[in-house]
Amino acid sequence: MHELSVTQSILNIALESAEKAGAEKINKITIAAGEMTGYVPKYVQEYFNIVSRGTIAEGAELEFKKIPASALCRSCGKETPLTDYRFICARCGGSDLKLTHGREFLVDSIDVD
Amino acid sequence: MEIKVVHQIMEWNEDCSDKIKKDLREKKVCLVNVMGSPGAGKTSVITSIIERLSDRFKIGVIEGDIAGKIDAEKIQSLGIPVVQLNTDGACHIEAMAIDNMLPDFDLDALDVIFVENIGNLVCPAEFNIGEDFRVALLSVPEGDDKAAKYPLMFSTTDALVINKYDMVDYFDFDTDRVVKDATDRNPSVKIFKVSNKTGDGLDEFLDWLGKRIEDKISA
Repeated sequence: MHELSVTQSILNIALESAEKAGAEKINKITIAAGEMTGYVPKYVQEYFNIVSRGTIAEGAELEFKKIPASALCRSCGKETPLTDYRFICARCGGSDLKLTHGREFLVDSIDVD
Repeated sequence: MEIKVVHQIMEWNEDCSDKIKKDLREKKVCLVNVMGSPGAGKTSVITSIIERLSDRFKIGVIEGDIAGKIDAEKIQSLGIPVVQLNTDGACHIEAMAIDNMLPDFDLDALDVIFVENIGNLVCPAEFNIGEDFRVALLSVPEGDDKAAKYPLMFSTTDALVINKYDMVDYFDFDTDRVVKDATDRNPSVKIFKVSNKTGDGLDEFLDWLGKRIEDKISA
C-alpha cells in the first residue's frame, strides 16, 4: 500500500538529478534495495508509470539491485551473511551482531539522454 | 549516460523523524510507537498503561486509524489528551503526520506520548515516526507463526507483548516458537506474556515501560 509515497520520492530524486545534469530524458533508474526492505518492485514500477506521466521520466524502467543482508559479528569480528532475518552469525553462532547491509533503499543511479 | 545518484529514498521520512526526536528531546517528552495487528489489544493495553502509570507520568495519546474515532473516544473518556489521526486508507503512519499532530498537544505538560499505529504487521515497521522505542503486540489467537512471517516488525521492536495469554490453553500456540523466532531476529528484544484482561503479566511489562520512559525524560 505504501509503495505510492515511496514511488513519488523515487521520481523526485531522479528528476532532480537529471535536471542538475541537464538531461532531456530518463531511460532507467537503478534502485539499490536491501533484502530486508519490503517493497514489491512490480508495484513500484506500476505506480511509477502513473506518477511519471508528463515528466522526462515517463516510460523509464526501474531496475532493482538486491543487496543481501549481512552483519558484523561482535563475537568473532567477522562479517556474516544473514538468512531469513535471523541475527545469528553463520561462522561462530554468536548473536551479538550489528547490521551492515540489508536495509538500504536508495536511488543508486539513473541512465539519461 | 549513467549518472551516479546514491540518494536515500526514505529521506523525507527519516529527516522528519529526526526532527521530531530533536523537538521532543528539548521538551523532555518520550514517544512510544505501539504496533500490532487489528484486534491484538493495542487500545486496551494503552488503556491499562494510562490507568496504571498516570500517577507517575503525564500521558498523551495519538490514535492512528484508517477511519473513525472509536479509539480516541475511549481514551478521551479517561481524561487523557488524545488526538485522532485518520490516514484515510493508508496502511501506516509517517513521521510527517506525527509532526503535524504535535502542536495539538501542550508538550510542556506531558512526559510521554503513545502512538497507536495502524493495525498492520507489515508497513508500520518500515517507517520511523520519531519514536524513542517501539512496542509490538502479538495476541495468542493470531497464531505462533507471526514472528517468522512478519520479520521486520519483530526485528525492529524493543518489546514484544504476547497479549491474551490467558487464552494460551485454547489455541495451538507454541510460546517457545515465538520467543525463538523473535529473539533469533532481535536478540535484545524484551518479551512479556500478558493478559490485559486478567492483568497477569502486566506488572513486569509496566515496570520495564516505566523504566524506559524514566530514562528518557530524565536524560
